[in-house]
Amino acid sequence: MAKIDAVMGWKKLDLGCVIRQPGSSRTFKTGDWRSQRPVVDRDKCIKCGLCWVYCPDLAMVPAEEGYYKVNLDYCKGCGICAKECPKDAITMVLEED
Amino acid sequence: MIKELENFKGFSAKKLPLADPLASGHRACQGCGEVLALKLAMKAIGMNSIVVSATGCMEIITSTFPQTAWNVPWLHVAFENAAAVASGTEAALKVLMRKGKIPQKHIDVVAIGGDGATADIGLQSLSGAMERGHDFVYICLDNEAYMNTGVQRSSSTPYGAMTTTSPPGKKSFGQATKKKNVPAIAVAHNIPYVATASPAYFLDLMNKAKKAALVKGPAYLHIYSSCPTGWRHGGDLAIEISKLAVETNVFPLYEVIEGKYIINRKITKPKPVAEYLKKQGRFRHLTDDLIAQIQRQVDEEYEKLLKLAGETA
Amino acid sequence: MAKRIGMEVSIAASEAVKLADVDLIAAYPITPQTHIVEHLSEVVADGELDAAFVPVESEHSAMSCCIGSSAAGARTFTATSSQGLALMHEILFIAPAMRLPIVMVVANRALSGPISIWNDHSDIMSEQDIAWIQTFAENGQEVFDLVLHAFRVAEDSKVLLPVIVNLDGFTLSHVIEPIEILDKAEVDKYLPPYKPKVRLDPRKPVSMGMVGIPEIYTEAKKATDEALINSKKVVLKAWKEFGDLFGRYYNPVESYKTEGAEVILITMGSISETAMTAIDKMREKGMPVGLVRFRLWKPFPAPEFKKAIAGVQTLAVVDRALSPGGACGPVAEEIKAALYAERGRPKVYNFIAGLGGRDVTVENFEEIVSKAFTYAKKRPKQLYEMIGVREI
Repeated sequence: MAKIDAVMGWKKLDLGCVIRQPGSSRTFKTGDWRSQRPVVDRDKCIKCGLCWVYCPDLAMVPAEEGYYKVNLDYCKGCGICAKECPKDAITMVLEED
Repeated sequence: MIKELENFKGFSAKKLPLADPLASGHRACQGCGEVLALKLAMKAIGMNSIVVSATGCMEIITSTFPQTAWNVPWLHVAFENAAAVASGTEAALKVLMRKGKIPQKHIDVVAIGGDGATADIGLQSLSGAMERGHDFVYICLDNEAYMNTGVQRSSSTPYGAMTTTSPPGKKSFGQATKKKNVPAIAVAHNIPYVATASPAYFLDLMNKAKKAALVKGPAYLHIYSSCPTGWRHGGDLAIEISKLAVETNVFPLYEVIEGKYIINRKITKPKPVAEYLKKQGRFRHLTDDLIAQIQRQVDEEYEKLLKLAGETA
Repeated sequence: MAKRIGMEVSIAASEAVKLADVDLIAAYPITPQTHIVEHLSEVVADGELDAAFVPVESEHSAMSCCIGSSAAGARTFTATSSQGLALMHEILFIAPAMRLPIVMVVANRALSGPISIWNDHSDIMSEQDIAWIQTFAENGQEVFDLVLHAFRVAEDSKVLLPVIVNLDGFTLSHVIEPIEILDKAEVDKYLPPYKPKVRLDPRKPVSMGMVGIPEIYTEAKKATDEALINSKKVVLKAWKEFGDLFGRYYNPVESYKTEGAEVILITMGSISETAMTAIDKMREKGMPVGLVRFRLWKPFPAPEFKKAIAGVQTLAVVDRALSPGGACGPVAEEIKAALYAERGRPKVYNFIAGLGGRDVTVENFEEIVSKAFTYAKKRPKQLYEMIGVREI
């Protein structure tokens, strides 16, 4: 599991437990929830960006030359991108143990 | 036409904003349709915003100490008061700007709640904030039950649906009441902008979220948010089911601008409701009779909507 | 220059809020708080105060709105009473947890049922654990002074906690008293502008109100508790400076004729003035009695209290709230707990009086003191008793 780094002394807590680092959840890698991962076939990809739009985990990101790539740190393996890809360019493959 | 909307051309699929107020690493379930809806709405509203969350799924999955999934200022207080908290923030920002204590630059204040926080426990504070005319956006992410506490029924749970507190049994067929129409309640407050949206129609959703932020005064956005865990559907079906909800008229997409209803996606040949119901475990127990009854209800509701929009089938 | 004028105490409270130049007031009307917020809405409507007056639809939303406002960095005020305070209950805990310096006046009133609009302390005594700084006023001048003090303490960068100023509903809130109202320049000398350490600002995004998982909840609570305990230093300093500037000095625990006293009466709020009359009368008769009142209630001023009652054998604690089925009233409970480990601790007898607007008279205080003298010799059968209740 991703590490929860909340063990600290009360004197170290910021005022009212405020968190000043925006988007610090990025340190929480949800990729290890995954049992299958998307694989993009760039020959079929038409760079429409639907996988980017429809990814609930912001794990499909714009890449070079207008393509999109999976950030496996966060991809939970739901398969929405594969399901919604209009060109069937994404397939879900089982993660190996 | 509302003045603030005159110059808004709408988003294009080829040129979507790159910045996201919401970050990766949030703890939503695999395939969550709600966080997807939230991501899209916030992408449209943008970084110059302050978000107030009601207690619920979207609150806990984004704010487990010591990490936040928010790239914009964010505040959570309690379950039933997101609209009241947001009204305080909005009113305070106005005064602070007027008094020169902070820069004079408009900030979009956005309150977010699930259907429980909106249709049930928070309805009063929402009504109060809309009535007082605060310049804010309220987004209801409707997943049709109390998912965060383990799928209990809310007043937004559809007729016939199985939840842990509307279980089918020898003397029950599941939820025995019809879904509360919160957008209509919002419309009754005479606010400038009310809309329904679905993540399956993402440009429509994003345009509505942006319009809601652009209009002066209260705006209410009711977004369909599928829940694979509570609805018992496959993790990859969020978009497919969201689309079916629109194509069957279970969840029509419309706007109400200054009281005028506009149906954004008129479905002339709706698919049978059964197609929508059969995809989800929460409706698995329904008999043909009940399905026929739900079909009639959906047809009736859509007829009403057509009338409100001054249209005919 | 300050002016001494006859004024309703509620108006004096709102004049202090106006002079503090608050940015936002969120309020819902409830008797007997109404005159305070009515006056504030007037001064906003007349442009005398540049603030937002948010007429919310409930007290729950009043406190919620205040939190949203304070988190945005605005100087924020509200006032309530009784059922309204009870309706806020859930949200009250959240303001200090987020370290938001909201100031609230509570016009103390009985809680239902039966419904009663009249004065006692059952509303505020049901809010013992909310982690707000709390003071109690005895007269109109104190109300005015304590409201200014409240903003000064709440917003101090070493404190950043919300403050409640308690004043008795009707018996204080609705009476007209001669009150010295400071002018704006004087107030400005005492109360600097609020400079928030954290605020909701898109230029520097923060997240507030995080989920406290078991790894951190205890530490979060400890941090708030420490902040509350430590706030006393600033409470005292701010009173000292107030006295130095305006000549009126305040203490967390006030003593009256305690020299040589064998019984000390303990009170809070406006009945203390009647209690002083009773003490004068009993002293004239040669009875060795004195009076101690709490002006600071939270954080509980234990050292000051112990000093005030040092050497006395018997305390007669008057509670204006009932803790049904409990060991005693809330004030007596706090006192007993604070004294339990002390060597030679005094006997503490508890009297519940003045519930739901019932007058507490000089005669009632004489009866209480006389009972305390009796109980010191022969201990009572009950843990507490109600004064003036008809036993028929």
